[in-house]
Amino acid sequence: MSRGTLVIDVDRCKGCELCLAACPPNVLSMSATVNEQGYRYPELHDGCTGCTACQIVCPDFVFAVYRFTPAS
Amino acid sequence: MIIDTSGPPVLPAKQVADFKPSLLLGEHSLCPGCGEPVALRILLEVLQELDIVQRTIGVVGHGCYGSFVRIMDVDVLQCLHGRAPACATGIKRVRPGVAVFTLQGDGDMANEGLQEVLHAAARGENITCVMLNNGVFGDTGGQQTATTVLGQRTKTSIDGRDPELHGYPIPVADLVASLRGSAYVARGAVSTAAGVLQAKRMLRKAFQTQLDGAGFSLVEILTMCPTGWFVPTAEGPTYQQGTMEQTYGIGELVTR
Repeated sequence: MSRGTLVIDVDRCKGCELCLAACPPNVLSMSATVNEQGYRYPELHDGCTGCTACQIVCPDFVFAVYRFTPAS
Repeated sequence: MIIDTSGPPVLPAKQVADFKPSLLLGEHSLCPGCGEPVALRILLEVLQELDIVQRTIGVVGHGCYGSFVRIMDVDVLQCLHGRAPACATGIKRVRPGVAVFTLQGDGDMANEGLQEVLHAAARGENITCVMLNNGVFGDTGGQQTATTVLGQRTKTSIDGRDPELHGYPIPVADLVASLRGSAYVARGAVSTAAGVLQAKRMLRKAFQTQLDGAGFSLVEILTMCPTGWFVPTAEGPTYQQGTMEQTYGIGELVTR
């Protein structure tokens, strides 16, 4: 179950993989395909907490982070 | 299972972080894995959080970060190599009401203009200097600088910096901290998310020191340069933690 999620601007990514090491729940992996610049980019798996660590370390401003609001 | 991240979520959710600060107008052209855009982000966020963007003038030196002047929505002066603290001094003395910061690299501050920053600190000029230290002249192809740590490989020290041949690295923040005019001196690093947030708190304190009129402030930020260090981008933070952060140490050196 994910508490948060991301929007990933894949075409801006330069494939440095800093987000993979920074992700505390370890739910990012690199894609098999490449973006229009020719770089592999991160993909999100289940379990994101919306902690923003990936957004903080990303040099290419690839991530927007959302936290789900609990159903009332 | 891979989650669709091409657009905002369908379920009710609150956005907690955006792609880039609104003060950035376009794309930068720096290498993959570079730490300087991360430092630029926290610098711009601090300016916005302190609500001083409209009365801030940046003085930018020469280096890879020089390309930021095209995309940052802040008044900027680009001056002679290494002379940013002197230009900032002039701006601050003529217009004491503005917040003045310099953005310099290690090659700019430690090699080209070490005396400028030392004299500005000794005079207690009420400006904030931000030094992005990656230990190489990245913009000119990756030559060794005065802050290259022992054993670090660069294009001009291809077998690693050797003290017999190249001497020892200069810890700029420690030098500045030894001067009485310095009111706030700190060294941070952007190798981890926690480190980035710590560096951001340091920048905030440095600007607050200037706004309080307390004197000279400097924040040295250690940034990754995997291209110049000849390491894979993903290993940049680990390499930095094992070399530069061990040599220089992270933390606040002066708080007055």
